[in-house]
Amino acid sequence: MAKVLMKGTVAIAEAAVRAGCRFFAGYPITPQNEIPEYLSWRLPEVGGAFVQGESEVASINMVYGAAANGTRAMTSSSSPGISLMTEGLSYLSGTKLPALVVNISRGGPGLGTIQPAQTDYLQATKAMGHGGFRVMVFAPSTLQEAVDLTYECFDYAERDRNPVLLLMDGSLGAIMEQVEFPPMKELTDEGTRKWNLAKHEGETRMPRMLTPVYPEVILENENKQRALLTKQWEENDVRVEEFMMEDAEYVVVAYGISARVSKEAILNLREQGHKVGLIRPITLFPFPKKTFQNLNYDQVKAFIDIELAIPAQMRDDIEVAVRGRAPVYEYGRSGGMLFDDESVYDAIHKIVTGGAE
Amino acid sequence: MAQKIYSRPKSLMPMPSGFCPGCLHPLATKLIADAIDELGQNNNAVHVLPVGCSALNLMYWRGDMLGAAHGRAPAAATGFKRSAPDRLVFAYQGDGDLAAIGLAEIMSAANRGENFTVFFANNSTYGMTGGQMAPTTLIGQKTSTTKYGRDAETTGFPMRMCEIISTLDAPYYVARFALNAPKGVNQAKKGIKKALQYQLEGKGFTFVELLTNCPTTWGMTPLQSLDYMETNTIPYFIPGVYKDKGEKA
Repeated sequence: MAKVLMKGTVAIAEAAVRAGCRFFAGYPITPQNEIPEYLSWRLPEVGGAFVQGESEVASINMVYGAAANGTRAMTSSSSPGISLMTEGLSYLSGTKLPALVVNISRGGPGLGTIQPAQTDYLQATKAMGHGGFRVMVFAPSTLQEAVDLTYECFDYAERDRNPVLLLMDGSLGAIMEQVEFPPMKELTDEGTRKWNLAKHEGETRMPRMLTPVYPEVILENENKQRALLTKQWEENDVRVEEFMMEDAEYVVVAYGISARVSKEAILNLREQGHKVGLIRPITLFPFPKKTFQNLNYDQVKAFIDIELAIPAQMRDDIEVAVRGRAPVYEYGRSGGMLFDDESVYDAIHKIVTGGAE
Repeated sequence: MAQKIYSRPKSLMPMPSGFCPGCLHPLATKLIADAIDELGQNNNAVHVLPVGCSALNLMYWRGDMLGAAHGRAPAAATGFKRSAPDRLVFAYQGDGDLAAIGLAEIMSAANRGENFTVFFANNSTYGMTGGQMAPTTLIGQKTSTTKYGRDAETTGFPMRMCEIISTLDAPYYVARFALNAPKGVNQAKKGIKKALQYQLEGKGFTFVELLTNCPTTWGMTPLQSLDYMETNTIPYFIPGVYKDKGEKA
């Protein structure tokens, strides 16, 4: 298929349709409104259903209902709305229902600003709700990557029977880029029919119950299974991009839009002869710990965490992975303020030339 | 030769009820089960469970069930029914679930005219959590959070959900029945079946409120609780059919 020029939010919506998503419920919030707007007419075209929920709380529970039928279902929102969905996310995980949740994030806390930010990292990677469950978190940095990850997210969600989060800041949601869409996925019943409530022609089966409530012994066992699942993600599903890392003495760690801006700065620093590289986590959870373990710490002098967040939120994960073998610095903007490649260049340059505290 | 004229509905498990003595939840559930049996929908029905005593049906119901978060049963039912329009979907909610935490969900589902049925068990208290004040608690009624009786000055008045929902244009059938006496029980059974029949015909949102009791948290014997309903609950929550678009005026 030929490439088309598309806005980030719309590209995600079309990718979801191609992935077989046939149910969407959501509530208006900037900067992600193009997703529900697009799906409101696109889903009926392919035999799916769109519901504009009365709130984010209701919307995530509508997704819960659709997922119980085995229908590929998603919702999207932005930071304050995602907070309202955390109850529902916990129930999805508790009932073991798959779904895709897209967070086109904006500056916080509170109502904050509609401008882009990366201040939902901790919420996304540590606790998307009460009860100690985790979700896989994907963070694209180009629109093509956003399309490809959206397409795959549903497969991960169904494989694990757990919600998946796509985390992308508002600037990537708003830009336009060329993207190439994968083909329409033809879904079959196989693999899903064992657990969901869908009825199939001529099928005789015992009644099924999907519930978020368990007796203690079973719940502990379920949580052990969740712990095992998390371990498997760390073994098998980590995605990371390493950029100019071979001889890097200074390692920038950044994801999403920050990684894009950092790449420009790194290319300019390289021109000046500074050996700077980039580790870009694509899965924020599972975090690419092994990439940090495999570095040569005789070569690496320092890490610089660059985020649209003050204080930096990914820093804890970097510190845990680095285990004190090199200092970790941070540079960021917050509150919806962005940085350009020059200010990122300056921040890295200061550290490279020994000017940082 | 003996003829079997009465038996347990197929939609219920063959096990004794674990509800408190005198509780009307099992009766309400049985009426729904009877209606579903009579409509031949045992294998097609999906029971969306709420949070509260009404969720205990998960132990007694024989059929597909989906447990929803507190107050969110109409939202979960919306998602399910929109994805599976051929299934007979119903939620069974208590008054705290439906009229307090889930007020937005029930009103919006009703207003959209979602093609499923909500059964609303109104016993004017939170039974499972120990008898706190509900939006439906009567003025003067003592609960664990209204020690001296509900005071309208600080807590407002009991909410009449049938009256509120019937102001909306979309709902197709809205009715209230009292389960404290045989007459009301018989009327309720007909109303429940009618609501489900309308859903099967694709008519849209149907709502049946069932006035029930809570002898345990009301601090009464079962018989006292039925009398209390007659003299206090029914005069405020007046039974009747509030909307029936299928009956020509």
